[in-house]
Amino acid sequence: MAAPSFALDFERPLLELERKIDELKSLSGGAPGDFSAEIQKLEKKARRLQSEIFSDLSRWQVTQLSRHPQRPYFLDYVQLLFTDFFELAGDRSYGEDPSIVGGWARLDGRPVMLLGHQKGRNTKENMVRNFGMPRPEGYRKARRLMELADRFGRPVLTFVDTPGAYPGIGAEERGQAEAIAVNLEVMSRLHVPVVSVVIGEGGSGGALAIAVANRVLMLENSIYSVISPESCSSILYRDTTKAEKAADALKLTARDLLELEVVDELVPEPDGGAHRDPARAAEAVGRVLRKHLQALLAMDGPALVEDRYRKFRAMGPFTLGG
Amino acid sequence: MATWFSKKPRIAPVKPEEVDSLRQQPSRMQGLWAKCEECNEIIYRAEIEKNLNVCPLCGHHMLWPARARLQALLDEGTFEESDRELEPTDPLGFTDSKRYRDRLRVTRRALDENDAFVGGIGHIEGHPVSVGAFVFEFMGGSMGSVVGEKVTRLFERATERRCAAVVFSASGGARMQEGIFSLMQMAKTAAAIARFREVKKPYISVMLHPTTGGVAASFAWLGDVILAEPKALIGFAGPRVIEQTIRQKLPDGFQRSEFLLEHGMVDAIVPRKDLRAKLGALLGLMG
Ligand SMILES: [Zn+2]
Repeated sequence: MAAPSFALDFERPLLELERKIDELKSLSGGAPGDFSAEIQKLEKKARRLQSEIFSDLSRWQVTQLSRHPQRPYFLDYVQLLFTDFFELAGDRSYGEDPSIVGGWARLDGRPVMLLGHQKGRNTKENMVRNFGMPRPEGYRKARRLMELADRFGRPVLTFVDTPGAYPGIGAEERGQAEAIAVNLEVMSRLHVPVVSVVIGEGGSGGALAIAVANRVLMLENSIYSVISPESCSSILYRDTTKAEKAADALKLTARDLLELEVVDELVPEPDGGAHRDPARAAEAVGRVLRKHLQALLAMDGPALVEDRYRKFRAMGPFTLGG
Repeated sequence: MATWFSKKPRIAPVKPEEVDSLRQQPSRMQGLWAKCEECNEIIYRAEIEKNLNVCPLCGHHMLWPARARLQALLDEGTFEESDRELEPTDPLGFTDSKRYRDRLRVTRRALDENDAFVGGIGHIEGHPVSVGAFVFEFMGGSMGSVVGEKVTRLFERATERRCAAVVFSASGGARMQEGIFSLMQMAKTAAAIARFREVKKPYISVMLHPTTGGVAASFAWLGDVILAEPKALIGFAGPRVIEQTIRQKLPDGFQRSEFLLEHGMVDAIVPRKDLRAKLGALLGLMG
């Protein structure tokens, strides 16, 4: 595929090498000959470099990948995995918040309710999507749609990708905290299967408000945290440049959370990250999503509620002292 | 330090200066005299305590420690504490300027509390309640796994006993040092409330200064009735975060109890002296 136009620092050597290979290929004009040995050598080198870079990513590098501007977003997955998407708008009391998108769709023909945070690809889109940071209306729309799904017995599938709930004057006036709190309660008692996939950033309460699910899955290069490494660093170290250190302290990658048993499964990404091959990323998400949905569809409503309750009831270690 | 890792954790001794700095920071109530941070008057400490930690001159509601609050608001001799034996762990091995486990050790010793929440059962004006209050002095009342577990158990007790639940919240939000586990307490407590709803007993949430972040965005805002003490700072994001995001000064009174009442986000503002009577009245009206 064409090299992405945006590169993280640690991706750059690889992308430069790939550009060189592309150049040689176009010089040879498709005819095998002069450059083929050189091309082969470089391709081998590129593969080695890729596995070198990606086999041992730091938590901060994963954080950067999770926010990669070319990473597939919720609506990309909608397009790649589902059919018949019918978007539903509005919270019915104040407004429509495009930073959370929701609606009916079909997965392999089966009707489901989809919900996800939606970031913008450019400044103009981000004006509309508010960088994927919902206001109370977004959470209230999400609640409305989850209740619809519950009433009509359709599974709820949510895609998490937000820096967090929006911290603004209007959001506070209209009850940001209340909107999130209500979602947590409503989700905990839905009588339908709920599966959440963290596809990019799982930013604190703003992420959890659509992720109280029977199964929580995370893409390999996604993060999920109580606070962003940047904010954590400015509070704890009084220094915003120590985000790297904070990312390590917070243990916020998919691998960390799998190990801490907070999430159920890690979805592997294509080599070099989901943004290098969105179709394959979606395929991997689809495979894991279907597997868990299939298992949950065998359970009745009360069993699903009980399953979700037990999952979250067990979270958080403590000891019993004397 | 080594003792901390022994099977049965014991609390290592704390340097006196550590204790002093901790004790003085939140309350500024040491000695015979105390200064009201609102009107700046120096007031005889016993006067303030007699007045439920409300400034007798300007009415400023100062921090009222959890145990003193529970003792004063519950019917005499009825409070029985639960879950005192729950102790925090350090699931991430977290270190900032201090190791989290050291911070816990010092704080626990200084305050003689295991974590930031005290819960139990008792009566308010004759009504049985499952009740609890935040220890704000304990790391800003932040919610880690122990706080989340105690709040969850508070609602489970209320469900079992079919009695009302009353929670006094004062918290800066989630406890960063417990990372993702502190976030998950929001879901855990909210789910416990969902179950409690089935017994159709009231949950009264009382928001104190301050109630923000993950505590505001979970059980604190799920009260059937939500009361606030005067001028408490209540909201999702802290004012500093909002100012940094929108790059403008916040209006006076923003996120204060009176602002929330005006915006329909709480039911009533109740001065501390009326709290007990109002809680009793509500419990009577709601059953
Ligand atoms: Zn005063």
